[in-house]
Amino acid sequence: MYFKKNFNKSFNILLLRILIIFVFILVSFFIIIPLLPLFLKSFSDNKNNFIGLENFINYIQNPSLTQSFINSLKVAITTTFFSVLIGFIYAYALTRTRLPLKKFFNTFSLFSLYIPPLAVAIGLIYIFGKQGLITQGFFGTIPGFDINLYGFNGIIIGEIFYCFPQALIILVSALNLSDQRLYEAAESLKASPLRKFLTITLPNIKYGLMNSFFICFILSFTDFGVPKVVGGNFNVLATDIYKQVVGQQNFAMGATISIYLLVPSILAFLIDKNFQKNEASLISGKSIPFKPRKNLIVDSIMFIFCSLILILVIGVFSSIVLASLIKIWPYDISLSLQNFRFSNVAGNGYEPYFNTVFMSIYTAIFGTIFVFFTAYLVEKFKPLKKIRMLIYFFSTLPIAIPGLVLGLSYILFFNKPSFSVPFLDFQIFNPFSLLYGTMGILVLANIIHFFTVCFISATTTLKKIDKEFEEVSESLKVPFYKTFLRITIPLSLPTILEIGSYYFVNSMITVSAIIFLYPAKIPVSSVSIVNMDDAGDTASAAAMSTLIVLTSLFVRLIYEFTSRNVSKKSSVWINPLET
Amino acid sequence: MKKLFSFVMGAAVIGTALAPSANAWWWGKKGSEKASITVYTALEDDQIPNYLKSFERDYPNIEVNIVRDSTGIVTAKLLAEAENPQADVVWGLAASSLLVANDRGLIQGYAPKGLSNVKPSFRDPAKKPSWVGIDSWISAFCVNKIEAQKNGLSIPKSWADLTKPEYKGHIVMSNPASSGTGYLSVASRLQNLPSEEDGWNYLDALHENIAQYMHSGSKPCKAAGKGEYPIGVSFGYRAVKQVNMGQPIEAVFPKEGSGWDVEANALIKKDKIKPAAKTFLDWAISPEVSREYAKSFAITAVETDVPLPKGFPSNPEKQLAKNDLQWAAVNRERILAEWAKRYDGKSAPK
Repeated sequence: MYFKKNFNKSFNILLLRILIIFVFILVSFFIIIPLLPLFLKSFSDNKNNFIGLENFINYIQNPSLTQSFINSLKVAITTTFFSVLIGFIYAYALTRTRLPLKKFFNTFSLFSLYIPPLAVAIGLIYIFGKQGLITQGFFGTIPGFDINLYGFNGIIIGEIFYCFPQALIILVSALNLSDQRLYEAAESLKASPLRKFLTITLPNIKYGLMNSFFICFILSFTDFGVPKVVGGNFNVLATDIYKQVVGQQNFAMGATISIYLLVPSILAFLIDKNFQKNEASLISGKSIPFKPRKNLIVDSIMFIFCSLILILVIGVFSSIVLASLIKIWPYDISLSLQNFRFSNVAGNGYEPYFNTVFMSIYTAIFGTIFVFFTAYLVEKFKPLKKIRMLIYFFSTLPIAIPGLVLGLSYILFFNKPSFSVPFLDFQIFNPFSLLYGTMGILVLANIIHFFTVCFISATTTLKKIDKEFEEVSESLKVPFYKTFLRITIPLSLPTILEIGSYYFVNSMITVSAIIFLYPAKIPVSSVSIVNMDDAGDTASAAAMSTLIVLTSLFVRLIYEFTSRNVSKKSSVWINPLET
Repeated sequence: MKKLFSFVMGAAVIGTALAPSANAWWWGKKGSEKASITVYTALEDDQIPNYLKSFERDYPNIEVNIVRDSTGIVTAKLLAEAENPQADVVWGLAASSLLVANDRGLIQGYAPKGLSNVKPSFRDPAKKPSWVGIDSWISAFCVNKIEAQKNGLSIPKSWADLTKPEYKGHIVMSNPASSGTGYLSVASRLQNLPSEEDGWNYLDALHENIAQYMHSGSKPCKAAGKGEYPIGVSFGYRAVKQVNMGQPIEAVFPKEGSGWDVEANALIKKDKIKPAAKTFLDWAISPEVSREYAKSFAITAVETDVPLPKGFPSNPEKQLAKNDLQWAAVNRERILAEWAKRYDGKSAPK
């Protein structure tokens, strides 16, 4: 008996160690190793001669480039402030108030994330551009108002569109974990609402708040889609990379700038790690979830706020739909459905659309499994602390890697038929090269590109599940994988579904990495949107964007439906007292 | 729980099954029986099917896989794939980009059948040329007539006109650091004034009037077409196309002559060069497909009997300003550095 127990335990730990190392290897091969060749380029010129830090020094000494760095900081700080603020109020309304039409607001909360970036730009130009509806006062019927779209203002609006849903996702899950008992105790002590907010609510969500700051900051610091189209002459680091890599094929300088882009992300990681040390598990097995009470004033303020946000987002979407139906904006405003045929577009018709849908489904399935399992191994166990720390660190990097850089690095790594062993005249076949030119490389690039946000939301959820479960199962001699399948997964299902849908909607719209990687046989719609717009066919581009948005919305509705059933079941687990 | 899992797995299985011949599709149909070649191109998406018609008719056994992107992306992709090239052929990419690719040793010289029909300035002079042109694209202004009238602007006719104070804040132009079209305008100005110094003085004056430098060759014209800005400095094919789409655009070919570059083909150097790739390159300068090119481009590498497309100047060859492609390629880095120093950092958003 004693022997068996001992055997089980050591087998359990051995298996864990092997799995952790396996995940470490995967994460290294998909995130770190592909980046190495490109980053080595930052120390060499374009003929591959080693030149040390020259590129970095050149960059700092060029006043126009350092200006970009300052501009990027300005953009990131402003965007982060507004995105987190809007995200927080919206998330608060969804979780802590009796917001009217809550289901509706919930379904549409991530709506701005469904719109391809180029389409957001088209929409913004139609509304706020020089000929925009608001700028011209709805064809001169009311006084117009020019917000000076091109430049800082346009970038900020576009980035908030893109970042606030991301803050929202994290803050909703943070605000969801609260303990009704704390608020009841505060009430019996006659604490004011402000005091309750400052002493219970805020400390409760500090981890989520921190992460949403971190994510918004880095996303807006590194994004190039928005500044490229509405940035005007306002240069940022990400457009500098575009100019170097796409405009001048200067990979070395592009790599140099991307290293500068990584700096804030590494700083954020270090701050985050320190912050976590003081983090205690806030939710125990005995917690009771918060039940919002009716409060007419708060509820109506929240209703007005959320409606305003949605009106803006839906307004932009409507102008895209309009763009897909209008013949020549703004001079010939007759409508037709002609643009939904896509027959002119290199004869591909609907093929890119279906490719994209399948790519997104695969990304959602495989990405979710990989992300969740990685987060589980990192978060729940004690062995191999240093390696788990490294996995955690690697997992936070992809968010800071611009898609453009990821795409190029993937070409350099996955298109290599073999590696040469240093000092030996020997070549090793590169098994990953089999993926190049297949759907697999697209799925993998998407999984890694959007890894960080998914990883963080998985760890946030895993943190809230009491370690008691692991301890109890260990003492019952249940191997960890059984606990994982029977308890962890069912408890985390709402988050797992959330990650899946996040992967899906992002894969539907992503361009920057994919544009370098898609094989000739597998055209994808986000790229064909860019191509259609390039060929001057804005209406078809808008039509395809409309289709993509509707698809994501449809998937979101399926998600809402499933998760409502699932969370009923999983809440029984988390809160057994409730039943 | 189990139900949900079987739902997810079920969805995956159905997804795979629904995909048209799932396996081949996932692996990019690698084991196809037809000879197949991969072609990288920067030609416009909507032109490609028309061009390819005659190839598909004459060579039904060759499957052509097209990867189409903007010039910068295709070039970056070619260079990044250097170690294990995926493309067999490049079709219709800027000659200036092909010069860079050739410089890195990515191109195999090849003299396609019918090379003698190609005008001398449209090809690499080597016996086995590294690039062979098919057409030329030239810089032009897109002027929105309605917006120009609204703002009380006359239609500019020349590069010199663009520096007049009345156009201040009304002109958009491609950023030469991110777009080949932007660069050809800049390079052309530097080569066609008495000295390079005069060229920079001209660009200084032009900069005073520029509202935005945009990150794409066609964007300035598109912005003009939508009335965002009255004047876009872009390229001829784009301007003429937008006129034909019914936008209130006038295509202006500047009096002093246009900057220009050649769209050219090349054979990619790799271990196994497919015969089909050479067949494609032979076809790509054939008189039949050249006639198709000539329907969109005023100047083609192979002379055709197709009448000049509507909207171009009557003697398009005369419109070409002096341009040394080799000089433009060699001096590119220096010129762009100088350009960025003068105009990039200083320009505040308008």
